[in-house]
Amino acid sequence: MTITLEPVIHGDRVSLLRVLGPAHVWALGVGIVLVGEFTGWNFAADKGGALAALIVCWIVGLLYTSVAMIDSEVTSTVAAAGGQYAQAKHIVGPLMAFNVALFLVFAYTMLEVSDAILLGDTIVAKAGVEGLNHNAFIAATIVVLAWLNYRGVLMTLNVNFVITAIAYISIVILFFSVSPWTQGAVLKLNELVTPENALPYGWIGVIAAFQFGIWFYLGIEGTTQAAEEVRSPARSLPYGTMAGMITLLIAAAMTWYVCASLMPWEYLGITYYPLWDAGKLTGSPLLENLLFVATLLAALASANGCINDAARAWFSLGRDRYLPSWFSAVHPRYRTPYRSILFLLPIALAFAFIADLNQAITFSILSGVLQYTFMSINIVMFRKKWPLASIRRGYTHPFHPLPAIVLFCLCVVTYFAIFLGFGSQLIAMVAFYFLISLWFHFYRYKFVRRGDQFTMPWPRPQGY
Amino acid sequence: MSRYTPPEQSKAGQIFDIVVVVVAIFVALWLPLKLGLAGAAKSIDVLDAKTWEALGQNPTMASIWERLGYTPETAHDIIQNRFHYVIDWPTLIIMAAVLIGYFVFLFRASDREYRDVINEKFDDK
Repeated sequence: MTITLEPVIHGDRVSLLRVLGPAHVWALGVGIVLVGEFTGWNFAADKGGALAALIVCWIVGLLYTSVAMIDSEVTSTVAAAGGQYAQAKHIVGPLMAFNVALFLVFAYTMLEVSDAILLGDTIVAKAGVEGLNHNAFIAATIVVLAWLNYRGVLMTLNVNFVITAIAYISIVILFFSVSPWTQGAVLKLNELVTPENALPYGWIGVIAAFQFGIWFYLGIEGTTQAAEEVRSPARSLPYGTMAGMITLLIAAAMTWYVCASLMPWEYLGITYYPLWDAGKLTGSPLLENLLFVATLLAALASANGCINDAARAWFSLGRDRYLPSWFSAVHPRYRTPYRSILFLLPIALAFAFIADLNQAITFSILSGVLQYTFMSINIVMFRKKWPLASIRRGYTHPFHPLPAIVLFCLCVVTYFAIFLGFGSQLIAMVAFYFLISLWFHFYRYKFVRRGDQFTMPWPRPQGY
Repeated sequence: MSRYTPPEQSKAGQIFDIVVVVVAIFVALWLPLKLGLAGAAKSIDVLDAKTWEALGQNPTMASIWERLGYTPETAHDIIQNRFHYVIDWPTLIIMAAVLIGYFVFLFRASDREYRDVINEKFDDK
Protein backbone atom coordinates (compact mmCIF):
# COMPACT_ATOMS: atom_id res chain seq x y z
CA MET A 1 0.00 0.00 0.00
CA THR A 2 1.46 3.35 -1.03
CA ILE A 3 0.93 6.05 1.52
CA THR A 4 1.24 9.74 0.73
CA LEU A 5 2.19 11.70 3.80
CA GLU A 6 1.82 15.16 2.30
CA PRO A 7 -0.41 17.27 4.52
CA VAL A 8 -3.31 19.17 3.03
CA ILE A 9 -2.79 22.85 3.60
CA HIS A 10 -5.63 25.37 3.78
CA GLY A 11 -3.88 28.70 3.80
CA ASP A 12 -1.44 28.59 6.70
CA ARG A 13 -3.51 26.10 8.73
CA VAL A 14 -2.28 22.61 9.45
CA SER A 15 -4.96 20.21 8.28
CA LEU A 16 -5.80 16.55 7.92
CA LEU A 17 -3.58 14.09 6.03
CA ARG A 18 -4.68 12.44 2.76
CA VAL A 19 -3.53 8.90 3.48
CA LEU A 20 -6.59 6.65 3.05
CA GLY A 21 -7.63 4.35 0.21
CA PRO A 22 -10.84 2.42 -0.68
CA ALA A 23 -9.98 -0.39 1.78
CA HIS A 24 -9.90 2.10 4.63
CA VAL A 25 -13.24 3.54 3.50
CA TRP A 26 -14.70 0.01 3.49
CA ALA A 27 -13.18 -0.65 6.92
CA LEU A 28 -14.55 2.60 8.31
CA GLY A 29 -18.08 1.91 7.03
CA VAL A 30 -18.31 -1.83 7.70
CA GLY A 31 -16.27 -1.53 10.89
CA ILE A 32 -18.82 0.85 12.39
CA VAL A 33 -21.81 -1.18 11.23
CA LEU A 34 -20.79 -4.82 11.61
CA VAL A 35 -21.42 -4.73 15.36
CA GLY A 36 -25.10 -4.43 14.39
CA GLU A 37 -25.00 -8.11 13.40
CA PHE A 38 -23.52 -9.01 16.80
CA THR A 39 -26.11 -7.08 18.81
CA GLY A 40 -29.05 -4.75 18.29
CA TRP A 41 -30.70 -6.08 15.10
CA ASN A 42 -32.24 -8.87 17.17
CA PHE A 43 -34.33 -6.36 19.17
CA ALA A 44 -36.35 -6.21 15.91
CA ALA A 45 -37.41 -9.79 16.72
CA ASP A 46 -38.56 -8.55 20.12
CA LYS A 47 -40.74 -5.88 18.52
CA GLY A 48 -42.23 -8.03 15.76
CA GLY A 49 -41.06 -11.65 15.85
CA ALA A 50 -38.35 -13.52 13.92
CA LEU A 51 -39.99 -13.17 10.52
CA ALA A 52 -40.46 -9.44 11.05
CA ALA A 53 -36.71 -9.16 11.68
CA LEU A 54 -36.05 -10.81 8.30
CA ILE A 55 -38.58 -8.65 6.46
CA VAL A 56 -37.10 -5.44 7.87
CA CYS A 57 -33.57 -6.71 7.24
CA TRP A 58 -34.33 -6.63 3.49
CA ILE A 59 -36.59 -3.57 3.41
CA VAL A 60 -34.21 -1.53 5.54
CA GLY A 61 -31.44 -2.87 3.27
CA LEU A 62 -33.33 -1.08 0.48
CA LEU A 63 -33.37 2.10 2.60
CA TYR A 64 -29.61 1.91 3.04
CA THR A 65 -29.00 1.09 -0.61
CA SER A 66 -30.81 4.37 -1.32
CA VAL A 67 -28.64 6.07 1.32
CA ALA A 68 -25.47 4.66 -0.25
CA MET A 69 -26.52 5.67 -3.80
CA ILE A 70 -27.49 9.20 -2.78
CA ASP A 71 -24.49 9.62 -0.53
CA SER A 72 -22.07 8.41 -3.17
CA GLU A 73 -23.23 11.04 -5.66
CA VAL A 74 -23.21 13.95 -3.24
CA THR A 75 -20.00 12.94 -1.48
CA SER A 76 -18.09 12.31 -4.68
CA THR A 77 -18.89 15.94 -5.51
CA VAL A 78 -18.69 17.52 -2.03
CA ALA A 79 -15.54 15.86 -0.72
CA ALA A 80 -14.92 17.57 2.61
CA ALA A 81 -14.47 16.48 6.23
CA GLY A 82 -17.77 16.24 8.03
CA GLY A 83 -19.44 14.30 5.20
CA GLN A 84 -23.16 15.04 5.25
CA TYR A 85 -22.44 18.20 7.27
CA ALA A 86 -20.42 19.65 4.40
CA GLN A 87 -23.17 18.58 2.00
CA ALA A 88 -25.85 20.36 4.05
CA LYS A 89 -23.72 23.49 4.27
CA HIS A 90 -23.36 23.76 0.49
CA ILE A 91 -26.84 22.62 -0.52
CA VAL A 92 -29.38 23.56 2.19
CA GLY A 93 -27.83 26.11 4.53
CA PRO A 94 -25.92 26.67 7.78
CA LEU A 95 -28.70 25.78 10.26
CA MET A 96 -29.33 22.47 8.52
CA ALA A 97 -25.57 21.84 8.49
CA PHE A 98 -25.40 22.52 12.22
CA ASN A 99 -28.22 20.02 12.84
CA VAL A 100 -26.76 17.39 10.54
CA ALA A 101 -23.44 17.60 12.36
CA LEU A 102 -25.28 17.09 15.66
CA PHE A 103 -27.16 14.09 14.17
CA LEU A 104 -23.80 12.63 13.23
CA VAL A 105 -22.19 13.31 16.57
CA PHE A 106 -25.07 11.80 18.55
CA ALA A 107 -25.62 8.86 16.22
CA TYR A 108 -21.94 7.94 16.45
CA THR A 109 -21.37 8.79 20.10
CA MET A 110 -24.40 6.74 21.19
CA LEU A 111 -23.31 3.93 18.88
CA GLU A 112 -19.89 4.08 20.56
CA VAL A 113 -21.68 3.93 23.94
CA SER A 114 -23.66 0.87 22.77
CA ASP A 115 -20.45 -0.80 21.62
CA ALA A 116 -18.74 -0.20 24.93
CA ILE A 117 -21.75 -1.54 26.88
CA LEU A 118 -21.82 -4.63 24.63
CA LEU A 119 -18.11 -5.22 25.14
CA GLY A 120 -18.35 -4.81 28.91
CA ASP A 121 -21.41 -7.05 29.24
CA THR A 122 -19.91 -9.74 27.00
CA ILE A 123 -16.73 -9.91 29.08
CA VAL A 124 -18.72 -10.00 32.33
CA ALA A 125 -20.96 -12.78 30.97
CA LYS A 126 -17.95 -14.80 29.80
CA ALA A 127 -16.12 -14.37 33.12
CA GLY A 128 -19.19 -15.51 35.08
CA VAL A 129 -17.77 -14.03 38.28
CA GLU A 130 -20.29 -12.95 40.91
CA GLY A 131 -20.24 -9.17 41.48
CA LEU A 132 -18.04 -8.36 38.48
CA ASN A 133 -19.16 -5.00 37.06
CA HIS A 134 -18.92 -3.91 33.41
CA ASN A 135 -17.93 -0.30 34.17
CA ALA A 136 -14.17 -0.89 34.21
CA PHE A 137 -14.28 -2.60 30.79
CA ILE A 138 -16.45 0.18 29.37
CA ALA A 139 -14.11 2.91 30.64
CA ALA A 140 -10.99 1.09 29.39
CA THR A 141 -12.53 0.58 25.93
CA ILE A 142 -13.56 4.20 25.45
CA VAL A 143 -10.34 5.68 26.82
CA VAL A 144 -7.96 3.39 24.89
CA LEU A 145 -9.81 3.89 21.61
CA ALA A 146 -9.89 7.66 22.13
CA TRP A 147 -6.12 7.54 22.64
CA LEU A 148 -5.73 5.52 19.43
CA ASN A 149 -7.75 8.11 17.55
CA TYR A 150 -5.74 10.90 19.15
CA ARG A 151 -2.56 9.32 17.79
CA GLY A 152 -3.59 9.19 14.13
CA VAL A 153 -6.22 8.25 11.60
CA LEU A 154 -4.07 5.89 9.53
CA MET A 155 -3.15 3.67 12.48
CA THR A 156 -6.78 3.81 13.68
CA LEU A 157 -8.22 2.63 10.38
CA ASN A 158 -5.50 0.04 9.78
CA VAL A 159 -6.49 -1.50 13.12
CA ASN A 160 -10.15 -1.29 12.07
CA PHE A 161 -9.48 -3.04 8.77
CA VAL A 162 -7.89 -6.04 10.48
CA ILE A 163 -10.43 -6.47 13.30
CA THR A 164 -13.42 -5.89 10.99
CA ALA A 165 -12.13 -8.55 8.60
CA ILE A 166 -11.70 -11.06 11.46
CA ALA A 167 -15.21 -10.34 12.82
CA TYR A 168 -16.74 -10.69 9.35
CA ILE A 169 -14.92 -13.94 8.63
CA SER A 170 -16.22 -15.35 11.93
CA ILE A 171 -19.83 -14.88 10.68
CA VAL A 172 -18.96 -16.68 7.44
CA ILE A 173 -17.27 -19.52 9.39
CA LEU A 174 -20.30 -19.87 11.69
CA PHE A 175 -22.65 -19.93 8.69
CA PHE A 176 -20.80 -22.71 6.87
CA SER A 177 -20.11 -24.68 10.07
CA VAL A 178 -23.82 -25.26 10.75
CA SER A 179 -24.56 -26.90 7.37
CA PRO A 180 -26.93 -24.14 6.21
CA TRP A 181 -28.10 -26.27 3.28
CA THR A 182 -29.76 -28.85 5.61
CA GLN A 183 -32.37 -28.44 8.33
CA GLY A 184 -32.66 -30.67 11.39
CA ALA A 185 -29.00 -31.47 12.08
CA VAL A 186 -27.99 -28.18 13.70
CA LEU A 187 -30.44 -25.60 12.36
CA LYS A 188 -34.13 -25.98 13.18
CA LEU A 189 -35.81 -23.05 11.48
CA ASN A 190 -39.05 -24.92 10.75
CA GLU A 191 -39.52 -25.78 14.41
CA LEU A 192 -38.53 -22.38 15.78
CA VAL A 193 -40.27 -20.07 13.30
CA THR A 194 -43.74 -21.55 12.88
CA PRO A 195 -46.90 -20.12 11.28
CA GLU A 196 -48.19 -19.44 14.80
CA ASN A 197 -45.21 -17.42 16.06
CA ALA A 198 -43.62 -16.00 12.88
CA LEU A 199 -45.44 -12.67 13.30
CA PRO A 200 -46.70 -12.69 16.92
CA TYR A 201 -47.97 -9.10 16.72
CA GLY A 202 -49.18 -9.31 13.11
CA TRP A 203 -48.17 -6.70 10.52
CA ILE A 204 -48.02 -3.85 13.03
CA GLY A 205 -45.15 -5.79 14.61
CA VAL A 206 -43.35 -5.71 11.24
CA ILE A 207 -43.68 -1.93 11.13
CA ALA A 208 -42.56 -1.65 14.77
CA ALA A 209 -39.51 -3.79 13.94
CA PHE A 210 -38.23 -1.14 11.50
CA GLN A 211 -36.74 0.68 14.47
CA PHE A 212 -34.13 -1.96 15.18
CA GLY A 213 -33.94 -3.13 11.57
CA ILE A 214 -32.02 0.13 11.10
CA TRP A 215 -29.34 -1.34 13.36
CA PHE A 216 -28.36 -3.91 10.70
CA TYR A 217 -26.73 -1.08 8.73
CA LEU A 218 -26.66 2.13 10.81
CA GLY A 219 -23.44 4.04 10.25
CA ILE A 220 -22.49 2.94 6.69
CA GLU A 221 -22.86 6.57 5.66
CA GLY A 222 -19.96 7.33 8.00
CA THR A 223 -17.57 6.58 5.14
CA THR A 224 -18.02 10.17 4.01
CA GLN A 225 -16.51 11.54 7.20
CA ALA A 226 -13.07 10.65 5.86
CA ALA A 227 -13.51 12.70 2.68
CA GLU A 228 -10.61 15.05 3.42
CA GLU A 229 -8.31 12.18 4.37
CA VAL A 230 -8.94 10.00 1.30
CA ARG A 231 -6.40 10.17 -1.53
CA SER A 232 -9.01 9.98 -4.31
CA PRO A 233 -12.42 10.82 -2.83
CA ALA A 234 -14.40 10.75 -6.10
CA ARG A 235 -13.33 7.13 -6.66
CA SER A 236 -12.69 5.74 -3.19
CA LEU A 237 -15.82 6.96 -1.40
CA PRO A 238 -18.49 5.51 -3.76
CA TYR A 239 -16.46 2.33 -4.24
CA GLY A 240 -15.83 1.79 -0.52
CA THR A 241 -19.44 2.64 0.45
CA MET A 242 -21.07 0.38 -2.15
CA ALA A 243 -18.68 -2.50 -1.37
CA GLY A 244 -19.49 -2.02 2.31
CA MET A 245 -23.24 -2.14 1.66
CA ILE A 246 -22.95 -5.40 -0.31
CA THR A 247 -20.80 -6.88 2.47
CA LEU A 248 -23.39 -5.94 5.08
CA LEU A 249 -26.39 -7.25 3.18
CA ILE A 250 -24.70 -10.66 2.94
CA ALA A 251 -23.71 -10.62 6.62
CA ALA A 252 -27.24 -9.58 7.70
CA ALA A 253 -28.88 -12.41 5.77
CA MET A 254 -26.46 -15.02 7.13
CA THR A 255 -26.84 -13.71 10.68
CA TRP A 256 -30.64 -13.83 10.62
CA TYR A 257 -30.72 -17.32 9.11
CA VAL A 258 -28.34 -18.85 11.66
CA CYS A 259 -29.79 -17.08 14.72
CA ALA A 260 -33.46 -17.63 13.87
CA SER A 261 -32.65 -21.31 13.26
CA LEU A 262 -30.96 -21.77 16.62
CA MET A 263 -33.03 -19.94 19.26
CA PRO A 264 -36.69 -19.09 20.00
CA TRP A 265 -37.70 -15.58 18.94
CA GLU A 266 -38.49 -14.52 22.51
CA TYR A 267 -34.90 -15.21 23.56
CA LEU A 268 -33.46 -13.88 20.31
CA GLY A 269 -35.33 -10.63 20.93
CA ILE A 270 -33.74 -9.92 24.31
CA THR A 271 -30.23 -11.35 24.20
CA TYR A 272 -27.36 -8.85 24.03
CA TYR A 273 -25.14 -11.21 22.01
CA PRO A 274 -27.16 -13.30 19.51
CA LEU A 275 -24.18 -14.47 17.45
CA TRP A 276 -22.20 -15.53 20.51
CA ASP A 277 -25.30 -17.39 21.74
CA ALA A 278 -25.59 -19.00 18.32
CA GLY A 279 -21.98 -20.15 18.66
CA LYS A 280 -22.80 -21.66 22.07
CA LEU A 281 -25.90 -23.42 20.76
CA THR A 282 -23.98 -25.18 18.01
CA GLY A 283 -22.30 -27.14 20.81
CA SER A 284 -18.84 -26.39 19.41
CA PRO A 285 -16.43 -24.78 21.94
CA LEU A 286 -14.34 -23.54 19.01
CA LEU A 287 -17.30 -21.68 17.46
CA GLU A 288 -18.40 -20.39 20.86
CA ASN A 289 -14.96 -18.91 21.55
CA LEU A 290 -14.60 -17.61 18.00
CA LEU A 291 -17.92 -15.76 18.22
CA PHE A 292 -17.05 -14.45 21.70
CA VAL A 293 -13.82 -12.93 20.36
CA ALA A 294 -15.58 -11.70 17.20
CA THR A 295 -18.25 -9.95 19.31
CA LEU A 296 -15.53 -8.09 21.18
CA LEU A 297 -13.67 -7.23 17.98
CA ALA A 298 -16.83 -6.00 16.24
CA ALA A 299 -17.62 -3.78 19.22
CA LEU A 300 -14.06 -2.43 19.23
CA ALA A 301 -14.03 -1.75 15.48
CA SER A 302 -17.35 0.03 15.67
CA ALA A 303 -16.45 2.17 18.68
CA ASN A 304 -13.15 3.01 17.02
CA GLY A 305 -14.82 4.19 13.81
CA CYS A 306 -17.47 6.09 15.77
CA ILE A 307 -14.90 8.10 17.71
CA ASN A 308 -13.21 8.90 14.40
CA ASP A 309 -16.46 10.08 12.78
CA ALA A 310 -18.01 11.93 15.72
CA ALA A 311 -14.79 13.85 16.33
CA ARG A 312 -14.55 14.93 12.68
CA ALA A 313 -18.14 16.20 12.66
CA TRP A 314 -17.49 18.16 15.89
CA PHE A 315 -14.18 19.43 14.48
CA SER A 316 -15.99 20.71 11.37
CA LEU A 317 -18.46 22.65 13.52
CA GLY A 318 -15.58 24.35 15.30
CA ARG A 319 -13.71 25.07 12.07
CA ASP A 320 -16.72 26.90 10.64
CA ARG A 321 -17.34 28.69 13.97
CA TYR A 322 -20.77 27.04 14.36
CA LEU A 323 -19.32 26.08 17.73
CA PRO A 324 -16.38 27.77 19.49
CA SER A 325 -13.36 27.66 17.19
CA TRP A 326 -11.34 26.09 20.01
CA PHE A 327 -12.62 22.71 18.76
CA SER A 328 -11.06 23.18 15.33
CA ALA A 329 -7.48 22.64 16.46
CA VAL A 330 -5.51 19.93 14.64
CA HIS A 331 -2.75 18.22 16.61
CA PRO A 332 0.58 19.63 15.36
CA ARG A 333 2.23 16.21 15.33
CA TYR A 334 -0.51 13.62 14.79
CA ARG A 335 -2.72 15.81 12.56
CA THR A 336 -5.89 14.67 14.31
CA PRO A 337 -8.83 16.75 15.67
CA TYR A 338 -7.58 16.03 19.17
CA ARG A 339 -9.65 18.58 21.11
CA SER A 340 -12.87 17.24 19.61
CA ILE A 341 -11.78 13.68 20.47
CA LEU A 342 -11.05 14.68 24.06
CA PHE A 343 -14.26 16.73 24.43
CA LEU A 344 -16.53 13.86 23.36
CA LEU A 345 -14.71 11.32 25.56
CA PRO A 346 -16.40 12.20 28.91
CA ILE A 347 -19.82 12.50 27.22
CA ALA A 348 -19.49 8.95 25.89
CA LEU A 349 -18.27 7.72 29.28
CA ALA A 350 -21.15 9.37 31.14
CA PHE A 351 -23.84 7.84 28.94
CA ALA A 352 -22.16 4.43 28.90
CA PHE A 353 -22.56 4.37 32.68
CA ILE A 354 -26.19 5.55 32.86
CA ALA A 355 -27.91 4.16 29.74
CA ASP A 356 -29.06 0.63 28.92
CA LEU A 357 -28.07 -0.95 25.64
CA ASN A 358 -31.46 -0.58 23.94
CA GLN A 359 -31.82 3.04 25.16
CA ALA A 360 -28.40 3.98 23.79
CA ILE A 361 -29.21 2.20 20.53
CA THR A 362 -32.52 4.09 20.25
CA PHE A 363 -30.76 7.45 20.76
CA SER A 364 -28.39 6.51 17.97
CA ILE A 365 -31.16 5.28 15.65
CA LEU A 366 -33.19 8.46 16.19
CA SER A 367 -30.32 10.68 15.15
CA GLY A 368 -29.65 8.39 12.20
CA VAL A 369 -33.24 8.53 10.92
CA LEU A 370 -33.35 12.34 11.24
CA GLN A 371 -30.22 12.42 9.13
CA TYR A 372 -31.65 10.09 6.47
CA THR A 373 -34.75 12.28 6.25
CA PHE A 374 -32.44 15.21 5.51
CA MET A 375 -30.56 13.17 2.89
CA SER A 376 -33.73 12.31 0.96
CA ILE A 377 -34.61 16.01 0.63
CA ASN A 378 -31.00 17.10 0.16
CA ILE A 379 -30.46 15.08 -3.03
CA VAL A 380 -33.58 16.58 -4.63
CA MET A 381 -32.34 20.09 -3.77
CA PHE A 382 -28.85 19.22 -5.05
CA ARG A 383 -30.16 18.10 -8.46
CA LYS A 384 -32.43 21.17 -8.64
CA LYS A 385 -29.78 23.73 -7.72
CA TRP A 386 -27.05 22.12 -9.83
CA PRO A 387 -28.57 20.02 -12.64
CA LEU A 388 -26.42 17.19 -14.02
CA ALA A 389 -24.74 19.20 -16.75
CA SER A 390 -23.88 22.18 -14.53
CA ILE A 391 -21.10 20.61 -12.40
CA ARG A 392 -18.84 17.56 -12.70
CA ARG A 393 -19.88 14.73 -10.39
CA GLY A 394 -17.58 11.85 -9.42
CA TYR A 395 -20.58 9.52 -9.52
CA THR A 396 -24.19 9.96 -10.67
CA HIS A 397 -26.74 7.67 -9.09
CA PRO A 398 -29.43 6.12 -11.32
CA PHE A 399 -33.24 6.27 -11.13
CA HIS A 400 -33.41 9.72 -9.50
CA PRO A 401 -35.73 10.63 -7.71
CA LEU A 402 -36.85 7.06 -6.90
CA PRO A 403 -34.15 6.36 -4.25
CA ALA A 404 -34.97 9.68 -2.56
CA ILE A 405 -38.70 8.89 -2.48
CA VAL A 406 -38.05 5.34 -1.16
CA LEU A 407 -35.72 6.72 1.49
CA PHE A 408 -38.20 9.38 2.61
CA CYS A 409 -41.11 6.92 2.83
CA LEU A 410 -39.02 4.42 4.82
CA CYS A 411 -37.97 7.19 7.20
CA VAL A 412 -41.65 8.03 7.85
CA VAL A 413 -42.36 4.35 8.56
CA THR A 414 -39.38 4.23 10.92
CA TYR A 415 -40.61 7.27 12.87
CA PHE A 416 -43.88 5.45 13.34
CA ALA A 417 -41.96 2.32 14.37
CA ILE A 418 -40.08 4.30 17.02
CA PHE A 419 -43.37 5.79 18.19
CA LEU A 420 -44.57 2.22 18.82
CA GLY A 421 -42.83 1.62 22.13
CA PHE A 422 -40.26 4.44 22.25
CA GLY A 423 -42.40 7.54 21.46
CA SER A 424 -41.41 9.59 24.52
CA GLN A 425 -37.72 9.20 23.70
CA LEU A 426 -38.38 10.41 20.14
CA ILE A 427 -40.29 13.53 21.24
CA ALA A 428 -37.63 14.41 23.85
CA MET A 429 -34.84 14.14 21.32
CA VAL A 430 -36.58 16.16 18.59
CA ALA A 431 -37.42 18.81 21.22
CA PHE A 432 -33.68 19.03 21.97
CA TYR A 433 -32.81 19.52 18.30
CA PHE A 434 -35.53 22.16 18.02
CA LEU A 435 -34.25 24.17 21.00
CA ILE A 436 -30.59 23.94 20.02
CA SER A 437 -31.59 25.07 16.51
CA LEU A 438 -33.25 28.17 17.97
CA TRP A 439 -30.06 28.84 19.94
CA PHE A 440 -27.98 28.56 16.77
CA HIS A 441 -30.24 30.58 14.47
CA PHE A 442 -30.91 33.48 16.84
CA TYR A 443 -27.59 33.66 18.72
CA ARG A 444 -24.67 31.54 17.59
CA TYR A 445 -24.92 32.24 13.85
CA LYS A 446 -23.68 35.82 14.36
CA PHE A 447 -20.15 34.43 14.84
CA VAL A 448 -20.19 32.67 11.45
CA ARG A 449 -18.50 34.16 8.37
CA ARG A 450 -21.21 34.07 5.69
CA GLY A 451 -19.50 33.73 2.31
CA ASP A 452 -16.72 31.53 3.68
CA GLN A 453 -19.24 28.73 4.21
CA PHE A 454 -19.31 28.01 0.50
CA THR A 455 -15.97 26.54 -0.57
CA MET A 456 -16.86 24.45 -3.63
CA PRO A 457 -15.76 25.72 -7.07
CA TRP A 458 -19.33 25.58 -8.37
CA PRO A 459 -21.45 28.14 -10.21
CA ARG A 460 -24.19 30.03 -8.42
CA PRO A 461 -27.07 27.66 -7.54
CA GLN A 462 -30.15 27.93 -9.74
CA GLY A 463 -32.93 29.98 -8.12
CA TYR A 464 -30.53 32.01 -5.95
CA MET B 1 -23.49 43.04 -1.05
CA SER B 2 -21.26 44.21 1.82
CA ARG B 3 -19.19 41.49 3.45
CA TYR B 4 -20.40 40.53 6.91
CA THR B 5 -17.69 40.64 9.58
CA PRO B 6 -18.60 38.53 12.58
CA PRO B 7 -17.64 39.71 16.07
CA GLU B 8 -14.64 38.04 17.68
CA GLN B 9 -15.78 35.82 20.51
CA SER B 10 -13.93 36.16 23.81
CA LYS B 11 -12.53 33.11 25.60
CA ALA B 12 -15.16 33.49 28.31
CA GLY B 13 -17.86 33.57 25.63
CA GLN B 14 -16.46 30.41 24.05
CA ILE B 15 -16.44 28.64 27.40
CA PHE B 16 -20.01 29.77 28.06
CA ASP B 17 -21.16 28.40 24.70
CA ILE B 18 -19.43 25.08 25.36
CA VAL B 19 -21.20 24.87 28.73
CA VAL B 20 -24.58 25.62 27.05
CA VAL B 21 -24.04 22.82 24.54
CA VAL B 22 -22.95 20.32 27.18
CA VAL B 23 -25.93 21.18 29.41
CA ALA B 24 -28.30 20.85 26.43
CA ILE B 25 -26.86 17.45 25.56
CA PHE B 26 -27.26 16.13 29.07
CA VAL B 27 -30.76 17.56 29.51
CA ALA B 28 -31.95 16.07 26.22
CA LEU B 29 -30.35 12.67 26.57
CA TRP B 30 -30.00 12.17 30.31
CA LEU B 31 -33.36 13.58 31.44
CA PRO B 32 -35.49 11.04 29.51
CA LEU B 33 -33.41 8.29 31.14
CA LYS B 34 -33.80 9.83 34.58
CA LEU B 35 -37.55 10.38 34.18
CA GLY B 36 -38.05 6.85 32.89
CA LEU B 37 -39.24 8.13 29.51
CA ALA B 38 -36.61 6.23 27.55
CA GLY B 39 -36.67 2.55 26.74
CA ALA B 40 -39.25 0.03 25.65
CA ALA B 41 -42.90 0.30 26.78
CA LYS B 42 -43.48 -3.39 27.60
CA SER B 43 -45.40 -5.25 30.29
CA ILE B 44 -45.63 -8.85 31.50
CA ASP B 45 -48.80 -10.85 30.76
CA VAL B 46 -48.71 -13.13 33.81
CA LEU B 47 -49.65 -16.79 33.34
CA ASP B 48 -50.73 -18.97 36.28
CA ALA B 49 -49.55 -22.24 34.74
CA LYS B 50 -45.81 -21.95 34.17
CA THR B 51 -45.16 -24.84 31.80
CA TRP B 52 -43.45 -24.86 28.40
CA GLU B 53 -46.78 -25.74 26.77
CA ALA B 54 -48.59 -22.87 28.48
CA LEU B 55 -45.80 -20.55 27.40
CA GLY B 56 -46.33 -21.64 23.78
CA GLN B 57 -43.00 -23.44 23.48
CA ASN B 58 -42.78 -26.69 21.48
CA PRO B 59 -40.30 -29.45 22.52
CA THR B 60 -37.50 -28.03 20.31
CA MET B 61 -37.92 -24.55 21.79
CA ALA B 62 -38.13 -25.96 25.33
CA SER B 63 -34.91 -27.93 24.86
CA ILE B 64 -33.10 -24.78 23.65
CA TRP B 65 -34.34 -22.74 26.63
CA GLU B 66 -33.05 -25.50 28.91
CA ARG B 67 -29.65 -25.52 27.16
CA LEU B 68 -29.52 -21.78 27.78
CA GLY B 69 -30.09 -22.45 31.48
CA TYR B 70 -33.79 -21.52 31.79
CA THR B 71 -36.75 -23.29 33.40
CA PRO B 72 -40.40 -22.45 32.60
CA GLU B 73 -40.43 -20.34 35.78
CA THR B 74 -37.35 -18.29 34.88
CA ALA B 75 -38.30 -18.00 31.19
CA HIS B 76 -41.85 -16.84 32.02
CA ASP B 77 -40.98 -13.16 32.47
CA ILE B 78 -39.00 -13.13 29.22
CA ILE B 79 -41.60 -14.90 27.09
CA GLN B 80 -44.59 -13.05 28.53
CA ASN B 81 -42.95 -9.60 28.53
CA ARG B 82 -44.74 -8.16 25.48
CA PHE B 83 -45.35 -4.95 23.62
CA HIS B 84 -48.99 -3.88 23.48
CA TYR B 85 -49.34 -1.91 20.32
CA VAL B 86 -52.19 0.49 20.99
CA ILE B 87 -51.99 3.65 18.92
CA ASP B 88 -52.37 6.62 21.23
CA TRP B 89 -53.64 9.17 18.70
CA PRO B 90 -53.02 12.38 20.73
CA THR B 91 -49.38 11.35 21.31
CA LEU B 92 -48.99 10.37 17.67
CA ILE B 93 -50.37 13.72 16.53
CA ILE B 94 -48.06 15.58 18.94
CA MET B 95 -45.10 13.59 17.65
CA ALA B 96 -46.00 14.26 14.02
CA ALA B 97 -46.52 17.98 14.75
CA VAL B 98 -43.18 18.26 16.56
CA LEU B 99 -41.36 16.49 13.72
CA ILE B 100 -43.02 18.45 10.91
CA GLY B 101 -42.63 21.74 12.78
CA TYR B 102 -38.97 21.01 13.38
CA PHE B 103 -38.20 20.23 9.75
CA VAL B 104 -40.25 23.18 8.42
CA PHE B 105 -38.37 25.57 10.73
CA LEU B 106 -35.07 23.93 9.79
CA PHE B 107 -35.52 24.31 6.04
CA ARG B 108 -37.03 27.81 6.16
CA ALA B 109 -34.45 29.25 8.56
CA SER B 110 -31.64 27.49 6.67
CA ASP B 111 -32.85 28.99 3.41
CA ARG B 112 -32.74 32.52 4.86
CA GLU B 113 -29.16 31.96 6.05
CA TYR B 114 -28.21 30.27 2.76
CA ARG B 115 -29.29 33.28 0.71
CA ASP B 116 -26.86 35.44 2.74
CA VAL B 117 -24.08 32.94 2.11
CA ILE B 118 -24.74 32.76 -1.65
CA ASN B 119 -25.13 36.51 -2.06
CA GLU B 120 -21.89 37.26 -0.22
CA LYS B 121 -19.99 34.49 -2.00
CA PHE B 122 -21.08 35.26 -5.55
CA ASP B 123 -21.68 39.01 -5.38
CA ASP B 124 -18.09 39.50 -4.21
CA LYS B 125 -16.75 38.14 -7.52
